[in-house]
Amino acid sequence: MQLPQFEDIISRLDKGQTWSFSGGVHPAGNKHLSNQTCTVHPSLPEQLIVPVRQHIGTDGQILVKEGEQVKKGQPLTQSSQAFSVPIHAPTSGTIKAIGDHVTAHPSGLSETCIQITPDGHDTWVSLTPTPHYLEIEKSELVSQICNAGVAGMGGAGFPSHIKASGSKSVEFLIINGIECEPYITADDRLMREQAASILEGVDILTHLLSPRAVVIAIEDNKPDAIAVMKQACESRTDIHLVTVPTKYPAGGEKQLIQILTGREVPRDGLPIDVGITMFNVGTCFAVADAILRGKPLIERIVTVTGSAVERPGNYWARIGTPVNHLLSVAGYLPKQQKQPEVIMGGPMMGFTLNDAAVPVVKTTNCLLIPAHNELTHGSDERACIRCSACADACPVHLLPQQLFWHSKAKEYDKAQEYNLFDCIECGACAYVCPSEIPLVHYYRKAKSDIRVERDERNKADKAKARFEARKARLEREKLEREAKHQKAKEARLAAVDNKTTSSSKDKVAAALARAKAKKAQQAGNSDATANETSSAPQDNKKAAVAAAVARAKAKKAAQQAAQQHTDTPPASNKSTDGQNVPPVSDSAEDAQAEKKQRVAAAVARAKAKKAAQQAAQQHTDTPPASNESTDGQNVPPVSDSAEDAQAAKKQRIAAAVAKAKAKKAAQEKNK
Amino acid sequence: MKLTLSSSPHMRADRDTSQVMRMVLYAMVPGVICQSYFFGWGVFIQIAIATIAALVVEASILAIRNKPVARNLSDYSAVLTACLLAVSLPPALPWWMTVIGVIFAIGIVKQLYGGLGYNLFNPAMVAYVVLLISFPAAMTQWIPPAPLHAVTLTFSDMLHLIFTGYTPSGLSLEQGLQAVDGVSSATPLDHLKTGLTQASTYNELLTSQVYEGGPFVSSGTGWAWVSVSYLIGGLFLLKTRIISWHIPVSLIVSIAFCATVLHLINQDIYGSALFHLLNGSVLFGAFFIATDPVSASTTAKGRIIFGAMIGFWIIIIRNFGGYPDAVAFAVIIMNMAVPLIDYYTQPRTYGHKGK
Amino acid sequence: MSVALITVGLLALGFGLLLGYASIRFKVESDPLVDQIDEILPQTQCGQCGYPGCRPYAEAIANGDEINKCPPGGEATIKKLADLTGKEAKSLDASHGEEDVKKVAYIREDECIGCTKCIQACPVDAILGAAKQMHTVLTNECTGCDLCVDPCPVDCIDMVPVTTTTASWRWDFKQTPKGDIPVKMVS
Repeated sequence: MQLPQFEDIISRLDKGQTWSFSGGVHPAGNKHLSNQTCTVHPSLPEQLIVPVRQHIGTDGQILVKEGEQVKKGQPLTQSSQAFSVPIHAPTSGTIKAIGDHVTAHPSGLSETCIQITPDGHDTWVSLTPTPHYLEIEKSELVSQICNAGVAGMGGAGFPSHIKASGSKSVEFLIINGIECEPYITADDRLMREQAASILEGVDILTHLLSPRAVVIAIEDNKPDAIAVMKQACESRTDIHLVTVPTKYPAGGEKQLIQILTGREVPRDGLPIDVGITMFNVGTCFAVADAILRGKPLIERIVTVTGSAVERPGNYWARIGTPVNHLLSVAGYLPKQQKQPEVIMGGPMMGFTLNDAAVPVVKTTNCLLIPAHNELTHGSDERACIRCSACADACPVHLLPQQLFWHSKAKEYDKAQEYNLFDCIECGACAYVCPSEIPLVHYYRKAKSDIRVERDERNKADKAKARFEARKARLEREKLEREAKHQKAKEARLAAVDNKTTSSSKDKVAAALARAKAKKAQQAGNSDATANETSSAPQDNKKAAVAAAVARAKAKKAAQQAAQQHTDTPPASNKSTDGQNVPPVSDSAEDAQAEKKQRVAAAVARAKAKKAAQQAAQQHTDTPPASNESTDGQNVPPVSDSAEDAQAAKKQRIAAAVAKAKAKKAAQEKNK
Repeated sequence: MKLTLSSSPHMRADRDTSQVMRMVLYAMVPGVICQSYFFGWGVFIQIAIATIAALVVEASILAIRNKPVARNLSDYSAVLTACLLAVSLPPALPWWMTVIGVIFAIGIVKQLYGGLGYNLFNPAMVAYVVLLISFPAAMTQWIPPAPLHAVTLTFSDMLHLIFTGYTPSGLSLEQGLQAVDGVSSATPLDHLKTGLTQASTYNELLTSQVYEGGPFVSSGTGWAWVSVSYLIGGLFLLKTRIISWHIPVSLIVSIAFCATVLHLINQDIYGSALFHLLNGSVLFGAFFIATDPVSASTTAKGRIIFGAMIGFWIIIIRNFGGYPDAVAFAVIIMNMAVPLIDYYTQPRTYGHKGK
Repeated sequence: MSVALITVGLLALGFGLLLGYASIRFKVESDPLVDQIDEILPQTQCGQCGYPGCRPYAEAIANGDEINKCPPGGEATIKKLADLTGKEAKSLDASHGEEDVKKVAYIREDECIGCTKCIQACPVDAILGAAKQMHTVLTNECTGCDLCVDPCPVDCIDMVPVTTTTASWRWDFKQTPKGDIPVKMVS
């Protein structure tokens, strides 16, 4: 693949020429609906729900507790790994709850969220802006971007500080102002209203990455934004403002790179591999806010549009604003919809929400509330006529209908041969399909199936390895034990043989040997238990082990606190997590009492189980183990008094006997 | 209140399958009108017979297969197949032969393979070949085009001829087929083929009345105009992007190339490029038959190979085979090669190294 | 005549040599059947089939045992085994258990008395702990085999169904909890 050279690219761009990508579609833009009015600050919602994870990567560590007062901009989580960015309180208020809440995901499943009840004052934490960013270390700047919680605001939400701290040299820094999806105008309005701030962000990123050229790309269906940006860049010779012909999905990272530079990002590679780094205009704005004004990312522009809202337009929504609040601000018109429907994101790649309580997250750029029949729904799938309109529309040169056949038939290895995983799910194929086949849905399903299958396969392989390691270990131990027995036996025999000519010394020696053998044997046995934990195969589950060990240690620490008064080690307390250890009982008496109770309860349970089994076995061969275990879940808390435990035990025995009798009666009846 | 869930994209282009099929039907209109001008009412009667038969066959098989009947009929694919077959048949063909053809096309070639989208072969062309092999005489008896008519057949004459074999005034099919000179009812391609076996040369044969009145020298009377009117319909399809340019262009270029090469080798027995393009059903086939999406290649490169190979086979069979025309055979041969072509012409996926 | 015979003979010899060479040169090392079967089995090592682990069952299948004795694998595994072994795909043998949702063991740690019985029962060493110390399950390693539940003298082990997360969701809208939160109606 001959890569177009830097000079060629620049001279072409300056002449206003671009490359193109094959395929693509031209859906109706419908941007006029929402781009006519200025961005509005909506009222404060009654409740803000901030999901802990809003981007690709891992969760941060939660820093706050329920009931705690937080100020606007205060970090709620801590970035513990490179691929994680913190989240911040979008306003001042009280932490109402930390727990599962439905989040912005097509599955409508719940994830950990922090719920905040605003106090209405909206007081900021003290901010530390860095207006003279040229004077501080680049790494410090990068960590400031990270701490401000900046993640890519165009699509997947890739943590920005990772892109901004690239060690490879950057030829092109591309600023993506394409916004190719129909209906969405968030970036359009941002460019019109905040061009100066965007450029400040571009400057910071330029400082960090020192690219050879900066290119700002805007699609030609946004003449106003182009005019504003052109004016802002007027005195800047280092920035190339490029107008790109409107075609969906020109705003896709790989597609835009192809359009602007004629280069292709290699498969499994990153744009940086061809010397390119790309940021969305919204991200640039957020970076400028983070560095120059010290503000973390706590709000973003969201387009609320569609014919089923009274006042479509753009809104500065705080991260965590529930969708239904924005809907009521924009004036939702339920009568316009036959079936209520809210799409988060654009009509081509967005997903439908199953719950209007879903919060706005860092990647939410649009809420589309279409009127009935506003969007044509491909409801009825017809047979594929192999017209290959999909292949002509595909921006990455896949053969969508082959993928469709294989995905539908669940022939996933074939689908992967046709490069299923190179699909960017842009939806162009399904858009043009005359048979209205939801092609992308088939691909997504196939992809998730393959991923889950792969995970299961890996898990099975790991289980197999562990099983075999265990088997080998047991075998080894058995042999060792036998060897020891053998040794001991020989020693004994030797002692017997020597008896006739024995002196008292020999006898002592024999006895010593016997004792040693015995000791060795015991040591061997105890090793066996110790080995349970230590001889696990050398897999990389150290983290899990470490976690468990940490938990055990936390517990031990708690126990030791109690042990200051007594030698008897109290039974462990109820904590399951080292962080949330509840206060340990104050006095030794308490601890001992508790321990006794617990032992009693445990004994009671063991007895109950045995009794129940025996009772059941008197009548039937089937052990009622399963009944028992379900009952076990309903056992009253252990911290009850021993009497209670015994009472419970009696009840349980009675219940088990009753159950067994009932079963017997039923069996006899059946006979 | 429950929110509806659906998968992206939530927008669709307006064009659906039935619309595509209808557009192809509209594109056939100029060709059909022109064809009926030269060959009489029979063209319309055949279309009517074939369409009714196709709907009945399709509906009953769908019912047997427990598929939604109305919904599948409304995609117009059966109607299109019927029309494509009907215009390929001699206008005076007995009705039951047409019906057999349709049963074969819809029942066996299309539905037995799994219905729309699953057929390996072009249904209309397989049916045409089946009829050609089963009833070779009837299938080559074309009424002479209008300027050469000995007798002019009215609508009722034609109807009777198709359903009973005789006109109301008692003329038989053979009599109806008589041309002015009372001899020939052969198509231009037929005429050349038989003429060549009788040791005439290509240029001698071109002087026959069969080739009079066409738009160009060597184009058959009436036939060339029909071809040109199908070309107009085909250009309409290209313009509306119902079909892509790859197959028709590569097919036509390939025919022109192959014919010219042969013509240069021996002008006495091999027809010129224009002769081959305008006679027979090449233009019709290039735009309406070979472009059938189901049985054609699906990659851009593949379509070019597919079209070019059809053109190659047409010239080979016309010049060296036993049958005067070869579009149906060529298309079927290449239908078989489609999976192979598709496999070897996969485009390079974005970001992948070339194969 | 003799020329023909010699020619044919030489040809036969030539092709024979060619084929013999090819069979050595292009030999494909195929997995022994047992390994292939073992690949298909879910590796829970649960022993519900009556064999002490997945591999012994794989060996048994290779020696002609039934293929429908694996409840964790369920119908999907039976189908794959049927494809591989050429046997008929039967429905799961209920006497070995029934197909169930995927589960993992969970020890209610405050009730655990530290008896190590579950540790000894676990076929994949997924339980961590020592005598008189509470034990815990390494959830990522647990195969959900159920073998630790019975030995527990105090019944403190539950089999908890694995819940679908956003990461393991398979784009099935039927698996989506139906939201029922009212949108504030305006006008």
